[in-house]
Amino acid sequence: LSGGTEKQHHPRRGDIRSPRRRHSGASGERRVELALGALAAALLVLIVAMVVTVLVKAWPSFSYNGLSWFAPGGDVDTQLRVMSEGGHLPGHGVLYFRAWPLIWGTVLTTALAILVALVLSTFAAVFLTEFAPVAVRRMLDPVIRLLAAVPSVIYGLIGILALAPWVEHFIGNSRKQSVIYVVQLNGADLMTGTLILTVMILPIMVAISANALAAVPASWREGSAALGVNRWRTIWRVSLRTAWPAIAAATVLASARALGEAVMLAMVAGSRAFPANPLDGITFLFEPVRPLAATIFQEAEGLTIGPLAHTIYAMGAVLLVSAAMLSFIGWAAKQPLKRYGIRA
Amino acid sequence: MASSPSVSATLLAPRERTSSWPLVDRLCYAVCWATGIGLCLIALAIVLFMFIKCISYLRPELLLTSPAPSLHQSQSGGFSDPIIGTFIVTAIGTLIAAPTGVAIASWLSEYGRPVWLARAVESAIEMLAGVPSIVLAIFGLLILSQGFLGFLSQGAAQGSLGESFFNAGIVMSLLALPLVVGATREGLAQLPERLREASYALGKTRSTTSWHVLLPAIRPNIASGIVLGMGRIIGDTAIVTILLGATLKNEAVNHIPIIGLLRGTGSTLTSYVYNNSPAGEGNAHEKAYAAAFVLLLIVLGLNALVTRLVNHERAPETR
Repeated sequence: LSGGTEKQHHPRRGDIRSPRRRHSGASGERRVELALGALAAALLVLIVAMVVTVLVKAWPSFSYNGLSWFAPGGDVDTQLRVMSEGGHLPGHGVLYFRAWPLIWGTVLTTALAILVALVLSTFAAVFLTEFAPVAVRRMLDPVIRLLAAVPSVIYGLIGILALAPWVEHFIGNSRKQSVIYVVQLNGADLMTGTLILTVMILPIMVAISANALAAVPASWREGSAALGVNRWRTIWRVSLRTAWPAIAAATVLASARALGEAVMLAMVAGSRAFPANPLDGITFLFEPVRPLAATIFQEAEGLTIGPLAHTIYAMGAVLLVSAAMLSFIGWAAKQPLKRYGIRA
Repeated sequence: MASSPSVSATLLAPRERTSSWPLVDRLCYAVCWATGIGLCLIALAIVLFMFIKCISYLRPELLLTSPAPSLHQSQSGGFSDPIIGTFIVTAIGTLIAAPTGVAIASWLSEYGRPVWLARAVESAIEMLAGVPSIVLAIFGLLILSQGFLGFLSQGAAQGSLGESFFNAGIVMSLLALPLVVGATREGLAQLPERLREASYALGKTRSTTSWHVLLPAIRPNIASGIVLGMGRIIGDTAIVTILLGATLKNEAVNHIPIIGLLRGTGSTLTSYVYNNSPAGEGNAHEKAYAAAFVLLLIVLGLNALVTRLVNHERAPETR
């Protein structure tokens, strides 16, 4: 609402666009502007309040654990269970929590899915804008929109009932036996989660990248073609190079989506806070993980219990801050495009 | 998607033969085709798989009966309550998000003063679009379980955490808001400046111009933004589980016809699918598949609607 008072001192920028009104319409007009501005300001206040309240609620967990909150230390599942039972681990306070396995799980699923999706979406976007016959392109547009719109719980259901048993088939008994004392491998694991996550974020990335590729000025490509460069090289050297900021922005947007994916990963990634180790070779792919968002989703029943609630809000705060940072990076990544006058 | 779809096709035709290309280039060309066709296949596989599962499990009476507590799948009832729940939550969320979103978008595009406030609101909305729904859910719980908002749910006095259709719908509107704002702003930006100038020249005020000239002109944009927002609301599970309780049935808190139901807890199709999947407690995968298919049908319907709206948008350009 501070915006309303500010406006009166502000020089009227748009006087040419909005002609002076002589009769009572002017004050009504002013009121409309104030009301709309107040609504926008209220939304801003709400979003700031969200960041503040989540951080305040999370503070006890961060202040008790210090920076070790982010460090490895003990079994997260046990810590959460003890907290939900209202007790505390021997030798530690009620707020004792070490989130590393959860953070590692989030980083792993997000990074792997993004890597695969980045390669696939770039090729798919090139196909869509350059090579696809018109009929195929007409079909791909709704297909991509559909893939983006399928609820994550359906992806999760397909993952756990169809894909996980199939993956389990591949693990083999000897591999299962070799780690049976550490962790149980049952097909709900890093690989299944990452595969489905890739499918989920792919459509967003394809859509944005294709848009940017289509916006590359045709004359640039014609210039390249006129020099005798073949079509693929033209795409590679001219189109993709021009559009890369949009592709980067798409990647960032998709990582925000992957980061916050709770339900699907809670269903198919194994729900076990196991710090999957890349040094385990192939077994690494079959180890269960538990990302932050999925953990919040599954522990939400414990929000009535003080210490557990603080811990859950601390996880939420980490996600919120990461999402805010990603949205800033995405904005920054898109800036070079403005130089070319491309809107993406 | 492709705003100038036929540019490359017309300009680079006649097609050059790939046989003259270096091997690497030809390989990349093949990979392009493979990924494009792969995407279609994945979508086809999902729809077909769900369709086959549905034929074997979905029976009409499932749509009409309430869920019942039972360990056996043949006695655990249907999912009429979750279907109703999905509609209620979507309706509340859309009713809040649509007017708010359009209003904020027109303020941002048509007024936008003071500039610093407009910039701040813009980036806040951009950030909101990236906030995971699970974080929105726990934030909503924190705010809406405060005593003075107790009228929206059963209230903390009855041992409730603040779960109700009202609360779920309110938080869901935050999920749809960025989509509505984005679509409306994009529409307003695409309008030719002469529309505004003509209206101002006739002595119309800025608000009259927005309301009677600009917003009607971008109706398809607004509609597709709203439909996309509805899609996000329908597909969300986290907010339902935390703010609606994801109970078996929709439970009204008292006997006041509509308000009682809206203040009570309930479930939607997404939470029903989750609870009946092996990850939830129900473990009745036949029911989960059947409900998931109904959910998929709703999403497909909305998707077709968006496609029609988008094509409608493009139609004047091509004429």
